[in-house]
Amino acid sequence: METFLYILLMFVIKIAIVLAIAFTAAASAVFAERKVAAYIQCRIGPNRVGPKGLLQPFADVLKLIMKEDIVPYEANKVFHKIGPMITLTVAFAIYAVIPFGDFFYLNGEKVYLGIATSPNINIGVLFILAMTGLNIYGVTLSGWSSNNKYSLLGGVRSSAQMVSYEIVMGLALVGVILITGSFGLTDIVNHQDNWKWNLFLNPIGFLLYLTASFAETNRTPFDFPECEQELVNGFNTEYSGMKFGIFYLAEYINVFTVSLIMSLLYLGGWTLPFPSEWIGLEAGSFWLSLIQLVVLLVKTSLLVFFFFWVRWTIPRFKYNQLMDLGWKVFLPLGLLNIILTAIGVYCFK
Amino acid sequence: MKIDKVTKREKLNFLEKLYIPEIAKGLTLSLKYMFAPKFTRQYPEERWEPLGSYRGRPVLVEENGKERCVACGLCSRVCPAVAIEVQAAETADEKERYPILFEINMLRCIYCGYCEEVCPEEAIIMSQDYELTFSSRETAIYDKSKLLVPKEKLTNQLRFLIEYRNI
Ligand code: SF4
Ligand code: SF4
Repeated sequence: METFLYILLMFVIKIAIVLAIAFTAAASAVFAERKVAAYIQCRIGPNRVGPKGLLQPFADVLKLIMKEDIVPYEANKVFHKIGPMITLTVAFAIYAVIPFGDFFYLNGEKVYLGIATSPNINIGVLFILAMTGLNIYGVTLSGWSSNNKYSLLGGVRSSAQMVSYEIVMGLALVGVILITGSFGLTDIVNHQDNWKWNLFLNPIGFLLYLTASFAETNRTPFDFPECEQELVNGFNTEYSGMKFGIFYLAEYINVFTVSLIMSLLYLGGWTLPFPSEWIGLEAGSFWLSLIQLVVLLVKTSLLVFFFFWVRWTIPRFKYNQLMDLGWKVFLPLGLLNIILTAIGVYCFK
Repeated sequence: MKIDKVTKREKLNFLEKLYIPEIAKGLTLSLKYMFAPKFTRQYPEERWEPLGSYRGRPVLVEENGKERCVACGLCSRVCPAVAIEVQAAETADEKERYPILFEINMLRCIYCGYCEEVCPEEAIIMSQDYELTFSSRETAIYDKSKLLVPKEKLTNQLRFLIEYRNI
Protein backbone atom coordinates (compact mmCIF):
# COMPACT_ATOMS: atom_id res chain seq x y z
CA MET A 1 0.00 0.00 0.00
CA GLU A 2 2.79 2.39 0.93
CA THR A 3 4.64 1.84 -2.30
CA PHE A 4 1.43 2.29 -4.22
CA LEU A 5 0.82 5.65 -2.55
CA TYR A 6 4.42 6.61 -3.15
CA ILE A 7 4.16 5.80 -6.83
CA LEU A 8 0.86 7.64 -7.10
CA LEU A 9 2.28 10.73 -5.43
CA MET A 10 5.33 10.60 -7.64
CA PHE A 11 3.07 10.40 -10.69
CA VAL A 12 0.98 13.36 -9.66
CA ILE A 13 4.01 15.53 -8.93
CA LYS A 14 5.69 14.57 -12.18
CA ILE A 15 2.56 15.21 -14.21
CA ALA A 16 2.14 18.60 -12.57
CA ILE A 17 5.72 19.56 -13.37
CA VAL A 18 5.52 18.36 -16.95
CA LEU A 19 2.21 20.13 -17.51
CA ALA A 20 3.70 23.29 -16.06
CA ILE A 21 6.66 23.01 -18.42
CA ALA A 22 4.40 22.41 -21.41
CA PHE A 23 2.06 25.31 -20.60
CA THR A 24 4.89 27.71 -19.89
CA ALA A 25 6.56 26.63 -23.09
CA ALA A 26 3.37 27.19 -25.08
CA ALA A 27 2.79 30.62 -23.54
CA SER A 28 6.33 31.76 -24.17
CA ALA A 29 6.20 30.27 -27.67
CA VAL A 30 3.14 32.38 -28.48
CA PHE A 31 4.95 35.47 -27.30
CA ALA A 32 8.22 34.51 -28.98
CA GLU A 33 6.51 33.83 -32.27
CA ARG A 34 4.98 37.30 -32.35
CA LYS A 35 8.29 38.87 -31.43
CA VAL A 36 10.22 36.90 -34.04
CA ALA A 37 7.63 37.76 -36.66
CA ALA A 38 7.85 41.43 -35.75
CA TYR A 39 11.63 41.53 -35.80
CA ILE A 40 11.84 39.81 -39.16
CA GLN A 41 9.40 42.38 -40.53
CA CYS A 42 11.36 45.28 -38.98
CA ARG A 43 8.71 45.92 -36.35
CA ILE A 44 8.93 45.78 -32.56
CA GLY A 45 6.02 43.51 -31.72
CA PRO A 46 3.96 43.37 -28.54
CA ASN A 47 5.53 45.54 -25.84
CA ARG A 48 2.63 47.09 -23.94
CA VAL A 49 1.16 44.43 -21.66
CA GLY A 50 3.39 43.99 -18.65
CA PRO A 51 7.14 44.53 -18.65
CA LYS A 52 8.43 44.36 -22.23
CA GLY A 53 5.06 42.95 -23.26
CA LEU A 54 5.75 39.66 -21.52
CA LEU A 55 2.17 39.31 -20.28
CA GLN A 56 0.76 39.39 -23.81
CA PRO A 57 -0.12 35.66 -23.93
CA PHE A 58 -2.16 36.02 -20.74
CA ALA A 59 -4.01 38.96 -22.23
CA ASP A 60 -4.70 36.80 -25.29
CA VAL A 61 -6.07 33.97 -23.19
CA LEU A 62 -8.23 36.35 -21.18
CA LYS A 63 -9.66 37.75 -24.38
CA LEU A 64 -10.40 34.27 -25.76
CA ILE A 65 -12.08 33.14 -22.55
CA MET A 66 -14.40 36.12 -22.51
CA LYS A 67 -15.50 35.65 -26.11
CA GLU A 68 -18.77 34.07 -27.06
CA ASP A 69 -18.62 30.41 -27.93
CA ILE A 70 -20.54 29.97 -31.17
CA VAL A 71 -21.59 26.59 -32.51
CA PRO A 72 -22.81 26.84 -36.08
CA TYR A 73 -26.39 25.90 -36.87
CA GLU A 74 -26.61 22.34 -38.21
CA ALA A 75 -23.09 21.55 -37.13
CA ASN A 76 -22.58 18.13 -35.64
CA LYS A 77 -22.64 19.34 -32.05
CA VAL A 78 -20.98 16.30 -30.49
CA PHE A 79 -18.03 16.10 -32.83
CA HIS A 80 -17.73 19.84 -32.88
CA LYS A 81 -17.05 19.63 -29.16
CA ILE A 82 -14.87 16.54 -29.32
CA GLY A 83 -12.54 17.93 -32.01
CA PRO A 84 -10.57 20.36 -29.85
CA MET A 85 -10.57 17.87 -26.98
CA ILE A 86 -8.85 15.23 -29.09
CA THR A 87 -6.33 17.74 -30.31
CA LEU A 88 -5.33 18.87 -26.84
CA THR A 89 -5.40 15.39 -25.29
CA VAL A 90 -3.16 14.00 -27.99
CA ALA A 91 -0.81 16.94 -27.65
CA PHE A 92 -0.39 16.16 -23.96
CA ALA A 93 -0.44 12.38 -24.23
CA ILE A 94 2.94 12.36 -25.94
CA TYR A 95 4.52 13.64 -22.72
CA ALA A 96 3.79 10.28 -21.11
CA VAL A 97 6.89 8.79 -22.72
CA ILE A 98 9.17 11.75 -23.14
CA PRO A 99 12.12 11.72 -20.75
CA PHE A 100 13.45 15.13 -19.73
CA GLY A 101 16.74 13.82 -18.41
CA ASP A 102 18.38 10.78 -16.90
CA PHE A 103 17.70 9.97 -13.24
CA PHE A 104 18.73 11.12 -9.80
CA TYR A 105 18.71 9.56 -6.36
CA LEU A 106 16.20 10.85 -3.84
CA ASN A 107 16.66 9.25 -0.41
CA GLY A 108 18.34 6.33 -2.10
CA GLU A 109 15.49 5.85 -4.58
CA LYS A 110 15.99 6.31 -8.29
CA VAL A 111 13.78 9.05 -9.67
CA TYR A 112 13.47 9.27 -13.41
CA LEU A 113 12.92 12.59 -15.13
CA GLY A 114 9.79 11.94 -17.11
CA ILE A 115 6.30 10.74 -16.34
CA ALA A 116 6.91 7.10 -17.19
CA THR A 117 7.92 4.93 -14.24
CA SER A 118 10.41 2.82 -16.07
CA PRO A 119 13.25 4.77 -17.61
CA ASN A 120 13.12 3.30 -20.96
CA ILE A 121 9.75 2.29 -22.23
CA ASN A 122 10.71 0.10 -25.09
CA ILE A 123 7.94 1.39 -27.29
CA GLY A 124 8.75 5.06 -26.70
CA VAL A 125 9.29 5.97 -30.32
CA LEU A 126 6.31 3.96 -31.50
CA PHE A 127 4.07 5.65 -28.95
CA ILE A 128 5.13 9.04 -30.24
CA LEU A 129 4.39 8.00 -33.82
CA ALA A 130 1.01 6.65 -32.81
CA MET A 131 0.04 9.79 -30.95
CA THR A 132 1.09 12.15 -33.72
CA GLY A 133 -1.00 9.93 -35.98
CA LEU A 134 -4.03 10.44 -33.75
CA ASN A 135 -3.64 14.18 -34.17
CA ILE A 136 -5.29 13.85 -37.57
CA TYR A 137 -8.59 12.91 -35.94
CA GLY A 138 -8.85 16.17 -34.08
CA VAL A 139 -8.23 18.25 -37.16
CA THR A 140 -10.35 16.22 -39.56
CA LEU A 141 -13.27 15.75 -37.19
CA SER A 142 -13.48 19.41 -36.31
CA GLY A 143 -13.22 20.34 -39.97
CA TRP A 144 -15.97 17.93 -40.96
CA SER A 145 -18.34 18.59 -38.07
CA SER A 146 -18.38 22.36 -38.60
CA ASN A 147 -20.71 22.00 -41.60
CA ASN A 148 -18.69 24.50 -43.58
CA LYS A 149 -17.05 23.84 -46.91
CA TYR A 150 -13.86 25.63 -46.00
CA SER A 151 -13.48 23.73 -42.77
CA LEU A 152 -14.19 20.46 -44.53
CA LEU A 153 -11.58 21.15 -47.19
CA GLY A 154 -9.08 22.08 -44.51
CA GLY A 155 -9.76 18.87 -42.65
CA VAL A 156 -9.52 16.71 -45.76
CA ARG A 157 -6.29 18.33 -46.82
CA SER A 158 -4.78 17.89 -43.43
CA SER A 159 -5.59 14.21 -43.34
CA ALA A 160 -3.99 13.66 -46.75
CA GLN A 161 -0.95 15.70 -45.79
CA MET A 162 -0.45 14.15 -42.40
CA VAL A 163 -0.82 10.62 -43.67
CA SER A 164 1.81 11.18 -46.34
CA TYR A 165 4.26 12.77 -43.97
CA GLU A 166 3.66 10.20 -41.27
CA ILE A 167 5.34 7.73 -43.59
CA VAL A 168 8.34 9.99 -44.07
CA MET A 169 8.56 10.46 -40.33
CA GLY A 170 8.49 6.73 -39.71
CA LEU A 171 11.12 6.05 -42.35
CA ALA A 172 13.38 8.72 -40.91
CA LEU A 173 13.04 7.21 -37.47
CA VAL A 174 14.09 3.79 -38.71
CA GLY A 175 17.58 5.22 -39.26
CA VAL A 176 17.87 6.30 -35.63
CA ILE A 177 16.52 3.00 -34.38
CA LEU A 178 19.00 1.08 -36.55
CA ILE A 179 21.90 3.09 -35.15
CA THR A 180 20.81 2.71 -31.53
CA GLY A 181 19.34 -0.74 -31.69
CA SER A 182 16.50 0.23 -29.36
CA PHE A 183 13.10 1.89 -29.35
CA GLY A 184 13.64 3.47 -25.95
CA LEU A 185 14.18 7.21 -25.92
CA THR A 186 16.62 7.05 -23.00
CA ASP A 187 18.73 4.50 -24.88
CA ILE A 188 18.68 6.67 -27.95
CA VAL A 189 19.88 9.71 -26.02
CA ASN A 190 22.56 7.91 -24.05
CA HIS A 191 23.84 6.42 -27.26
CA GLN A 192 24.57 9.94 -28.48
CA ASP A 193 26.89 10.83 -25.62
CA ASN A 194 30.25 12.40 -26.49
CA TRP A 195 29.01 14.33 -29.52
CA LYS A 196 27.95 11.18 -31.34
CA TRP A 197 24.78 12.97 -32.30
CA ASN A 198 22.43 11.29 -34.71
CA LEU A 199 22.43 14.58 -36.60
CA PHE A 200 26.00 13.81 -37.71
CA LEU A 201 25.51 10.06 -38.07
CA ASN A 202 22.28 10.36 -39.99
CA PRO A 203 21.91 13.83 -41.56
CA ILE A 204 19.41 12.76 -44.23
CA GLY A 205 17.21 11.30 -41.55
CA PHE A 206 17.33 14.54 -39.62
CA LEU A 207 16.36 16.53 -42.69
CA LEU A 208 13.44 14.21 -43.40
CA TYR A 209 12.27 14.26 -39.82
CA LEU A 210 12.52 18.03 -39.64
CA THR A 211 10.44 18.51 -42.76
CA ALA A 212 7.93 15.93 -41.67
CA SER A 213 7.52 17.67 -38.33
CA PHE A 214 6.72 20.90 -40.11
CA ALA A 215 3.99 19.05 -41.97
CA GLU A 216 2.79 17.25 -38.84
CA THR A 217 2.41 20.43 -36.84
CA ASN A 218 0.73 22.20 -39.77
CA ARG A 219 3.23 25.01 -39.76
CA THR A 220 4.25 27.08 -42.73
CA PRO A 221 5.42 26.12 -45.35
CA PHE A 222 2.97 23.23 -44.94
CA ASP A 223 0.05 24.95 -43.24
CA PHE A 224 -2.54 23.73 -45.73
CA PRO A 225 -5.24 22.87 -43.23
CA GLU A 226 -5.50 26.56 -42.43
CA CYS A 227 -4.40 28.47 -45.48
CA GLU A 228 -5.97 31.84 -44.94
CA GLN A 229 -6.13 32.86 -48.57
CA GLU A 230 -8.26 30.02 -49.88
CA LEU A 231 -9.87 28.46 -46.83
CA VAL A 232 -10.56 31.44 -44.55
CA ASN A 233 -8.90 29.67 -41.66
CA GLY A 234 -9.30 26.04 -42.62
CA PHE A 235 -10.46 23.46 -40.13
CA ASN A 236 -10.91 25.91 -37.24
CA THR A 237 -12.89 28.56 -39.13
CA GLU A 238 -16.07 27.80 -37.22
CA TYR A 239 -14.48 27.78 -33.80
CA SER A 240 -14.56 30.75 -31.52
CA GLY A 241 -13.67 31.65 -27.99
CA MET A 242 -11.75 29.14 -25.93
CA LYS A 243 -12.37 26.29 -28.37
CA PHE A 244 -10.32 28.20 -30.89
CA GLY A 245 -7.90 28.96 -28.08
CA ILE A 246 -7.41 25.24 -27.53
CA PHE A 247 -6.41 24.73 -31.16
CA TYR A 248 -4.07 27.65 -30.84
CA LEU A 249 -2.57 26.30 -27.63
CA ALA A 250 -2.29 22.80 -29.06
CA GLU A 251 -0.43 24.13 -32.08
CA TYR A 252 2.24 25.70 -29.92
CA ILE A 253 2.43 22.72 -27.60
CA ASN A 254 2.90 20.54 -30.66
CA VAL A 255 5.69 22.75 -31.93
CA PHE A 256 7.37 22.48 -28.55
CA THR A 257 6.84 18.72 -28.48
CA VAL A 258 8.27 17.99 -31.89
CA SER A 259 11.25 20.21 -31.12
CA LEU A 260 11.74 18.31 -27.89
CA ILE A 261 11.54 14.97 -29.67
CA MET A 262 13.90 16.16 -32.36
CA SER A 263 16.48 17.29 -29.86
CA LEU A 264 16.16 13.94 -28.10
CA LEU A 265 16.43 11.91 -31.26
CA TYR A 266 18.97 13.87 -33.25
CA LEU A 267 20.65 16.60 -31.22
CA GLY A 268 21.99 14.53 -28.38
CA GLY A 269 19.11 15.22 -26.01
CA TRP A 270 20.27 16.06 -22.51
CA THR A 271 23.87 14.83 -22.96
CA LEU A 272 26.28 17.53 -21.87
CA PRO A 273 28.70 18.88 -24.45
CA PHE A 274 31.57 17.81 -22.18
CA PRO A 275 32.11 14.87 -19.78
CA SER A 276 30.16 15.42 -16.56
CA GLU A 277 33.30 14.79 -14.45
CA TRP A 278 34.60 18.20 -15.50
CA ILE A 279 32.13 19.96 -13.24
CA GLY A 280 32.55 17.34 -10.55
CA LEU A 281 29.05 15.87 -10.73
CA GLU A 282 28.38 12.17 -10.84
CA ALA A 283 25.59 10.44 -12.66
CA GLY A 284 22.60 10.32 -10.34
CA SER A 285 23.13 13.63 -8.56
CA PHE A 286 20.27 16.08 -8.50
CA TRP A 287 22.26 18.99 -9.86
CA LEU A 288 23.46 17.01 -12.84
CA SER A 289 19.85 16.19 -13.74
CA LEU A 290 18.98 19.84 -13.48
CA ILE A 291 21.80 20.83 -15.81
CA GLN A 292 20.74 18.08 -18.20
CA LEU A 293 17.21 19.47 -18.19
CA VAL A 294 18.52 22.94 -18.98
CA VAL A 295 20.69 21.61 -21.82
CA LEU A 296 17.69 19.82 -23.28
CA LEU A 297 15.47 22.88 -23.00
CA VAL A 298 18.08 25.12 -24.64
CA LYS A 299 18.37 22.77 -27.60
CA THR A 300 14.59 22.61 -27.83
CA SER A 301 14.15 26.37 -27.74
CA LEU A 302 16.66 26.79 -30.54
CA LEU A 303 14.63 24.36 -32.63
CA VAL A 304 11.41 26.18 -31.74
CA PHE A 305 13.04 29.39 -32.86
CA PHE A 306 13.91 27.67 -36.12
CA PHE A 307 10.22 26.83 -36.60
CA PHE A 308 9.29 30.50 -36.21
CA TRP A 309 12.15 31.65 -38.36
CA VAL A 310 11.04 29.37 -41.21
CA ARG A 311 7.42 30.39 -40.84
CA TRP A 312 8.18 34.05 -41.38
CA THR A 313 10.55 33.42 -44.28
CA ILE A 314 9.06 30.84 -46.60
CA PRO A 315 5.75 31.13 -48.41
CA ARG A 316 3.34 28.23 -48.45
CA PHE A 317 3.86 25.49 -51.02
CA LYS A 318 1.21 24.60 -53.53
CA TYR A 319 -0.76 21.52 -52.68
CA ASN A 320 0.59 19.51 -55.60
CA GLN A 321 4.11 20.51 -54.62
CA LEU A 322 3.49 19.23 -51.13
CA MET A 323 2.33 15.86 -52.41
CA ASP A 324 5.14 15.69 -54.98
CA LEU A 325 7.67 16.44 -52.31
CA GLY A 326 6.22 13.89 -49.94
CA TRP A 327 5.80 10.95 -52.27
CA LYS A 328 8.33 11.51 -55.05
CA VAL A 329 11.25 13.01 -53.17
CA PHE A 330 11.04 12.23 -49.49
CA LEU A 331 9.77 8.68 -49.75
CA PRO A 332 12.67 7.48 -51.98
CA LEU A 333 15.07 9.53 -49.89
CA GLY A 334 13.77 7.86 -46.73
CA LEU A 335 14.20 4.39 -48.21
CA LEU A 336 17.68 5.29 -49.39
CA ASN A 337 18.47 6.56 -45.92
CA ILE A 338 17.47 3.25 -44.39
CA ILE A 339 19.67 1.30 -46.78
CA LEU A 340 22.66 3.59 -46.27
CA THR A 341 22.26 3.53 -42.50
CA ALA A 342 21.92 -0.24 -42.48
CA ILE A 343 25.11 -0.61 -44.51
CA GLY A 344 26.87 1.86 -42.24
CA VAL A 345 25.75 0.07 -39.09
CA TYR A 346 26.77 -3.29 -40.56
CA CYS A 347 30.25 -2.04 -41.49
CA PHE A 348 31.12 -0.09 -38.35
CA LYS A 349 29.65 -2.23 -35.60
CA MET B 1 -9.74 19.24 -78.73
CA LYS B 2 -6.19 20.35 -78.32
CA ILE B 3 -5.46 22.40 -75.26
CA ASP B 4 -2.49 24.71 -75.29
CA LYS B 5 -0.39 24.77 -72.21
CA VAL B 6 -0.65 28.27 -70.85
CA THR B 7 2.25 28.18 -68.48
CA LYS B 8 5.61 26.64 -69.09
CA ARG B 9 6.90 24.92 -66.03
CA GLU B 10 10.64 24.73 -65.68
CA LYS B 11 12.11 21.33 -65.06
CA LEU B 12 13.76 21.25 -61.65
CA ASN B 13 16.62 18.97 -60.88
CA PHE B 14 16.73 16.88 -57.73
CA LEU B 15 18.54 19.44 -55.58
CA GLU B 16 16.17 22.17 -56.66
CA LYS B 17 13.22 19.91 -55.92
CA LEU B 18 14.44 19.68 -52.34
CA TYR B 19 14.30 23.50 -52.20
CA ILE B 20 17.09 23.51 -49.66
CA PRO B 21 19.56 26.01 -51.19
CA GLU B 22 16.80 28.52 -51.83
CA ILE B 23 15.37 28.07 -48.35
CA ALA B 24 18.81 28.65 -46.85
CA LYS B 25 19.12 31.85 -48.88
CA GLY B 26 15.75 33.05 -47.65
CA LEU B 27 16.60 32.24 -44.06
CA THR B 28 19.82 34.27 -44.15
CA LEU B 29 17.91 37.21 -45.57
CA SER B 30 15.28 37.16 -42.87
CA LEU B 31 17.98 36.73 -40.22
CA LYS B 32 19.66 39.84 -41.56
CA TYR B 33 16.44 41.80 -41.27
CA MET B 34 16.00 40.67 -37.70
CA PHE B 35 18.88 42.93 -36.76
CA ALA B 36 17.97 45.75 -39.10
CA PRO B 37 16.69 49.04 -37.63
CA LYS B 38 13.00 48.98 -36.77
CA PHE B 39 10.41 51.29 -38.26
CA THR B 40 7.83 51.16 -35.50
CA ARG B 41 6.67 54.48 -34.07
CA GLN B 42 5.51 54.16 -30.46
CA TYR B 43 2.39 56.14 -31.22
CA PRO B 44 0.89 57.81 -28.18
CA GLU B 45 4.34 58.81 -26.92
CA GLU B 46 6.01 59.39 -30.26
CA ARG B 47 3.70 61.54 -32.29
CA TRP B 48 3.74 62.27 -35.96
CA GLU B 49 3.74 65.91 -37.05
CA PRO B 50 2.09 66.21 -40.48
CA LEU B 51 3.22 68.66 -43.14
CA GLY B 52 1.28 71.79 -44.10
CA SER B 53 -0.29 69.98 -47.03
CA TYR B 54 -1.86 67.37 -44.76
CA ARG B 55 -5.67 67.18 -44.83
CA GLY B 56 -6.75 66.63 -41.26
CA ARG B 57 -10.13 67.68 -39.89
CA PRO B 58 -11.55 70.90 -41.41
CA VAL B 59 -11.55 73.87 -38.98
CA LEU B 60 -12.70 77.48 -39.09
CA VAL B 61 -9.97 80.12 -38.84
CA GLU B 62 -10.45 82.51 -35.94
CA GLU B 63 -8.99 85.97 -36.44
CA ASN B 64 -9.09 88.70 -33.74
CA GLY B 65 -11.58 86.66 -31.76
CA LYS B 66 -14.00 86.32 -34.68
CA GLU B 67 -14.42 83.82 -37.47
CA ARG B 68 -13.26 84.81 -40.91
CA CYS B 69 -16.24 83.09 -42.47
CA VAL B 70 -18.81 85.30 -44.18
CA ALA B 71 -21.44 82.57 -44.39
CA CYS B 72 -21.52 82.52 -48.17
CA GLY B 73 -22.45 78.86 -48.09
CA LEU B 74 -20.08 77.80 -50.87
CA CYS B 75 -18.41 75.15 -48.77
CA SER B 76 -21.69 73.60 -47.79
CA ARG B 77 -22.70 73.67 -51.44
CA VAL B 78 -19.53 71.99 -52.73
CA CYS B 79 -19.15 69.40 -50.02
CA PRO B 80 -19.57 66.04 -51.79
CA ALA B 81 -20.57 64.35 -48.55
CA VAL B 82 -23.08 67.03 -47.55
CA ALA B 83 -21.38 67.34 -44.21
CA ILE B 84 -21.52 71.10 -43.67
CA GLU B 85 -24.46 73.15 -42.52
CA VAL B 86 -24.22 76.96 -42.51
CA GLN B 87 -26.87 79.43 -41.37
CA ALA B 88 -26.13 83.09 -41.97
CA ALA B 89 -27.01 86.07 -39.80
CA GLU B 90 -26.31 89.78 -40.02
CA THR B 91 -23.83 91.65 -37.87
CA ALA B 92 -23.50 95.26 -36.84
CA ASP B 93 -19.98 95.29 -38.35
CA GLU B 94 -19.00 96.36 -41.84
CA LYS B 95 -18.56 92.68 -42.51
CA GLU B 96 -22.17 92.09 -43.12
CA ARG B 97 -22.80 88.43 -42.47
CA TYR B 98 -21.53 85.80 -40.15
CA PRO B 99 -22.53 82.18 -39.58
CA ILE B 100 -24.85 81.95 -36.62
CA LEU B 101 -24.72 78.18 -37.00
CA PHE B 102 -21.82 76.26 -38.52
CA GLU B 103 -21.78 72.51 -38.15
CA ILE B 104 -19.68 69.80 -39.73
CA ASN B 105 -20.79 66.22 -39.33
CA MET B 106 -17.48 64.46 -38.85
CA LEU B 107 -19.03 61.08 -39.56
CA ARG B 108 -19.82 62.27 -43.06
CA CYS B 109 -16.71 64.27 -43.86
CA ILE B 110 -14.35 62.46 -46.20
CA TYR B 111 -11.45 64.90 -45.82
CA CYS B 112 -11.47 65.78 -49.50
CA GLY B 113 -10.53 69.40 -48.89
CA TYR B 114 -13.05 70.84 -51.38
CA CYS B 115 -14.39 73.21 -48.74
CA GLU B 116 -10.94 74.64 -48.21
CA GLU B 117 -10.45 75.01 -51.95
CA VAL B 118 -13.72 76.80 -52.61
CA CYS B 119 -13.78 79.20 -49.68
CA PRO B 120 -13.28 82.81 -50.86
CA GLU B 121 -12.06 84.00 -47.45
CA GLU B 122 -9.66 81.21 -46.53
CA ALA B 123 -11.96 80.75 -43.60
CA ILE B 124 -12.23 76.98 -43.58
CA ILE B 125 -9.01 75.03 -43.85
CA MET B 126 -7.82 71.51 -43.32
CA SER B 127 -5.89 71.30 -40.05
CA GLN B 128 -3.26 68.82 -38.93
CA ASP B 129 -5.55 67.23 -36.37
CA TYR B 130 -5.86 63.51 -37.09
CA GLU B 131 -7.00 62.18 -33.74
CA LEU B 132 -10.74 61.98 -34.08
CA THR B 133 -12.77 59.73 -31.84
CA PHE B 134 -16.42 59.97 -30.94
CA SER B 135 -18.49 58.02 -28.52
CA SER B 136 -21.86 58.82 -30.09
CA ARG B 137 -23.41 60.23 -33.25
CA GLU B 138 -24.34 63.45 -31.49
CA THR B 139 -20.81 64.24 -30.37
CA ALA B 140 -19.58 63.60 -33.89
CA ILE B 141 -21.34 66.77 -35.11
CA TYR B 142 -18.89 69.55 -34.48
CA ASP B 143 -20.32 73.01 -33.93
CA LYS B 144 -18.58 76.37 -33.89
CA SER B 145 -17.12 75.91 -30.42
CA LYS B 146 -15.14 72.94 -31.64
CA LEU B 147 -14.45 74.19 -35.15
CA LEU B 148 -12.97 77.60 -34.37
CA VAL B 149 -9.19 77.54 -34.10
CA PRO B 150 -7.06 80.68 -33.67
CA LYS B 151 -5.08 81.69 -36.74
CA GLU B 152 -1.78 81.46 -34.84
CA LYS B 153 -2.16 77.71 -34.45
CA LEU B 154 -2.62 77.18 -38.18
CA THR B 155 0.43 79.02 -39.56
CA ASN B 156 1.72 75.89 -41.24
CA GLN B 157 -1.38 75.35 -43.36
CA LEU B 158 -1.94 79.03 -44.06
CA ARG B 159 1.61 79.37 -45.34
CA PHE B 160 1.10 76.31 -47.50
CA LEU B 161 -2.12 77.73 -48.91
CA ILE B 162 -0.53 81.11 -49.73
CA GLU B 163 2.38 79.43 -51.48
CA TYR B 164 0.60 76.77 -53.50
CA ARG B 165 -3.02 77.73 -53.82
CA ASN B 166 -3.05 79.49 -57.15
CA ILE B 167 -0.50 77.59 -59.16
S1 SF4 C 1 -13.35 68.13 -46.40
FE1 SF4 C 1 -14.75 67.60 -48.04
S2 SF4 C 1 -16.25 66.28 -47.04
FE2 SF4 C 1 -15.17 67.31 -45.41
S3 SF4 C 1 -16.39 69.06 -44.97
FE3 SF4 C 1 -14.87 69.73 -46.47
S4 SF4 C 1 -15.88 69.48 -48.43
FE4 SF4 C 1 -17.09 68.35 -46.94
S1 SF4 D 1 -17.05 78.97 -48.07
FE1 SF4 D 1 -15.84 79.96 -46.45
S2 SF4 D 1 -16.84 81.93 -46.17
FE2 SF4 D 1 -18.28 80.65 -47.29
S3 SF4 D 1 -19.54 79.72 -45.72
FE3 SF4 D 1 -17.90 78.26 -46.10
S4 SF4 D 1 -16.36 78.84 -44.62
FE4 SF4 D 1 -17.76 80.52 -44.66
